Amino acid sequence: MENSVEQPQVDANDHKVQSNRVSITLTVNGKVVNKAVEPRMLLSDFLREELDLTGTHLGCEHGVCGACTIIMNNESIRSCLMFAVQADGYDIKTVESLATNEGTLNGLQEAFSTHHALQCGFCTPGFLMTLTDYLDKNPSPTREEVREVISGNLCRCTGYSNIVDAVMDYTKNRSM
Amino acid sequence: MKPATFQYVRPESVRECLEYLSMYGDEAKIIAGGQSLIPVMNMRLSTPEYLIDISRLEELNYIRHEGDFLHIGGGTRQIDVETSSLVKTYNPLLRDAIRHIGHSQIRTRGTVGGSISHGDPSAELPLILAALRGEIVVVDEEETANYTADEFYLTTLLTALEPQQMVSEIVLPVLSPQAGYAFIEETRRQGDFALVSVAAVLEIDSQNLITKANVGIGGAHEVPYVAEELEEYLIGKEPTDSTFEKASEEIKDSLEPETDLHGTAEYRMDLAVELTKRALRQAAGNVEGALQ
Repeated sequence: MENSVEQPQVDANDHKVQSNRVSITLTVNGKVVNKAVEPRMLLSDFLREELDLTGTHLGCEHGVCGACTIIMNNESIRSCLMFAVQADGYDIKTVESLATNEGTLNGLQEAFSTHHALQCGFCTPGFLMTLTDYLDKNPSPTREEVREVISGNLCRCTGYSNIVDAVMDYTKNRSM
Repeated sequence: MKPATFQYVRPESVRECLEYLSMYGDEAKIIAGGQSLIPVMNMRLSTPEYLIDISRLEELNYIRHEGDFLHIGGGTRQIDVETSSLVKTYNPLLRDAIRHIGHSQIRTRGTVGGSISHGDPSAELPLILAALRGEIVVVDEEETANYTADEFYLTTLLTALEPQQMVSEIVLPVLSPQAGYAFIEETRRQGDFALVSVAAVLEIDSQNLITKANVGIGGAHEVPYVAEELEEYLIGKEPTDSTFEKASEEIKDSLEPETDLHGTAEYRMDLAVELTKRALRQAAGNVEGALQ
């Protein structure tokens, strides 16, 4: 067991679940945070409710819509399909990490804006984080590859074509 | 917070994990990637008292090539199988199949052992394991046992796994370099659960006769379905379109698809026959040195 994780009651007859908060320490957008959480707290709820990082959106909460996608240890994951305790010690990046503190958008966000790649914006944080991770590893994808990589994110304003346009434009400009 | 309250433990070894399992029995659930378990916990279809987190157990995280087999640790993430050079070389069928599991954001967390234990009849890993006659290694505090897919999968989402046991490894045969293979899956949208999926491996000799056939079908039966009668039919025959057409009809007698929201039983049966035909054609087409 890691030091920060409390041992549960060993008495198997004791079904009463006491307050069983677990202390976790993780890095979120470059900042080390330490909190005591209930084990059942989803990572997505932890980000939104404990850290007030409400840029991570919750659509379906069972791994289908992709709105809650974040980057953990340099890989994109669904934050609704993980408990916060499981992220103890890990490095997390949310959509809030993309723009500067003053609110200047990064290149990908700018491209989304330019190409009208969002309408209501609910799905956008998930798309941005999925693409941020992917483009880090694959800087010049084809349209087809972009379509495949965003297949795990649902947009109901039917913005997919504009999202692909935004990504293609962004990667082209970036490589020039 | 949608899931019910539970106690969380994170053992530092498989041995410690098995102690917890034997202590807590069916009140405990193992969590690895959580990509199947957390949705059902979020919907409160599952309310374990104890959650045993094995996602950091390095001793379950490996892909090894030994002789004619690949050994893959139960805790190995699907993304690591997808990108493994050993898997690419020795079992490219597995790599093709694993790309159909959910989306990349799912495969970065989802594990081999998790998918195998969950036992969804439309899942890709149980299908590959069944079609290739692989084995599932199951451990508890007392012993280690190997199961075939036939022994392990009892019915939809129900396996032979006892509460004190866990899947520690799967063993898959290496594909012969001369074998042709195909994995075809039909879904409503990319990344959805399979309506029907088919895995096929063929070996063809210098006389242009089929010497080996492995065919499995997912999503159209209560467990991953191994098409034994079709496999037997193919042996010794020429790999022609008419052979494959007749062979694919063989599954109709014993395949038992069900109707659900996504498709009727009749549709699934038609789809299974059609995809089987295509998978056989594709597998025959990429047999090395085959006369076509």
